[in-house]
Amino acid sequence: MGMFRHQVVREWRLLLRARADALNPIIFLVLCVTLFAIALDGNPEALRRHAAGVFWVLVLLTNLLSLDSMFRRDFEDGTLEQLLLLSEVPFLPIVGKMLVQWLAAGALVVLVSPLLGTILQMRPEALVPLALALLAGTPAVSMLGAVGAALLVGVRRGGALLGLLTLPFYIPVLIFGTAAVNGLADGGGGMAQIYWLAAMSVLAVTLAPFAVWAALKISVENG
Amino acid sequence: MSWIKRLWHRLGSPRWFYEMMQPWQTGFGFAALVLLLIGTVWGLAFAPADYQQGNSFRIIYAHVPMVVLAQSAYMMLGAAGLVLLVWRMKLADVAMVAIVPVGATVTALGLFSGAVWGRPTWGTWWEWTDARLVSTLVLLFLYLGVYALREAIPRAESAGRACALLAVVGLVNIPIIKYSVEWWTTLHQGATFTVTKMAMPLEMAAPLIVNVLGAYCLFGYLVILNMRTEILRRERDTQWVGALREAQHGI
Repeated sequence: MGMFRHQVVREWRLLLRARADALNPIIFLVLCVTLFAIALDGNPEALRRHAAGVFWVLVLLTNLLSLDSMFRRDFEDGTLEQLLLLSEVPFLPIVGKMLVQWLAAGALVVLVSPLLGTILQMRPEALVPLALALLAGTPAVSMLGAVGAALLVGVRRGGALLGLLTLPFYIPVLIFGTAAVNGLADGGGGMAQIYWLAAMSVLAVTLAPFAVWAALKISVENG
Repeated sequence: MSWIKRLWHRLGSPRWFYEMMQPWQTGFGFAALVLLLIGTVWGLAFAPADYQQGNSFRIIYAHVPMVVLAQSAYMMLGAAGLVLLVWRMKLADVAMVAIVPVGATVTALGLFSGAVWGRPTWGTWWEWTDARLVSTLVLLFLYLGVYALREAIPRAESAGRACALLAVVGLVNIPIIKYSVEWWTTLHQGATFTVTKMAMPLEMAAPLIVNVLGAYCLFGYLVILNMRTEILRRERDTQWVGALREAQHGI
């Protein structure tokens, strides 16, 4: 557990010291929300109707942006190789990295979601469901995405490929996430979808670290 | 059980596989030709027309075999990936290289034939609220992802193992994607046939079954062909390939 805590603290410090890197995805998200509002002529009705879907798609894309650099620096300076060579439960530090990536790209999005939802003209009663769905669904997104990022860490210009590898796996989260927000906001049922999202996240948190670990080993052997 | 062990051991030799698969390739090729010919002529000319869809239903004889194949091919891809990851058997990597283009092509053709069928039957080329269309499209993306990943990684061994991992992750995710997509279903008719009960009368279903079997044979033929070609490519500097080249082409 020491290694895990150490890694989380280290990643967190790195995140705080490279504040621009950490904030980039969120700025990207705000920017895209603005672009959508403009594309839909700022029409409040149209925005409100599509807000949940638009928001979820943008969250997935934002996540890609932060995943791309997730392992790269550690891969280039050799830290990653050292982490993988550790004999004591070698994937715990990797889980630490994944946790901090989620804090930066998932938890932060949950925190700003009421603000962005309001800009997208969502009704106040839809904001809590939105945050709840994001909280339940983004861990799955981060975990699945980390597998793609780990496979592509040694590939030059892997960023373009990351979307092709990971976006298809995000589809269930997108479906349930959008349905949950729309269902709860309309006063219909939506908690079932939230539970589904949470179940997917639990499954992803359980299985993805093994896949990420295996993928990193392949990438390190390659580099 | 010793023959399994022996087979397993022999599968480690690309040369043995190359030579052993020659008759299988021919056999699958002939079987595919005969079955597809019988099934297609039977289905297009002799099977009764559908009482609602008329003759346009006959596209089922091309569409269903391809879609069935598209899904089975991904299962095989995932299985080959698992074998490669666990036992590092090189032949599994060769099999993955062979399966991906065939699988991607039948998936794309399945989507195309589905769209062509959808036009006269539902009045639309594409229907987003239909689960099977969408999950087949996602399947195509999964194939393209595996293909693109292999292209992107320069070292062949790492590329193979990375693709294997992606295929296995895909295999785990396919049921989740499939069931979550199915959640919308509105427009589509139910699955055309299942193992337990036939939704079609036998005279319409029989040519379809023949064609599905023919498609599997064609798949077997193409995959073995691709695998043997890939083996020759990988082993091009070895003595036995040199001898083969000399015997067949005199160079």
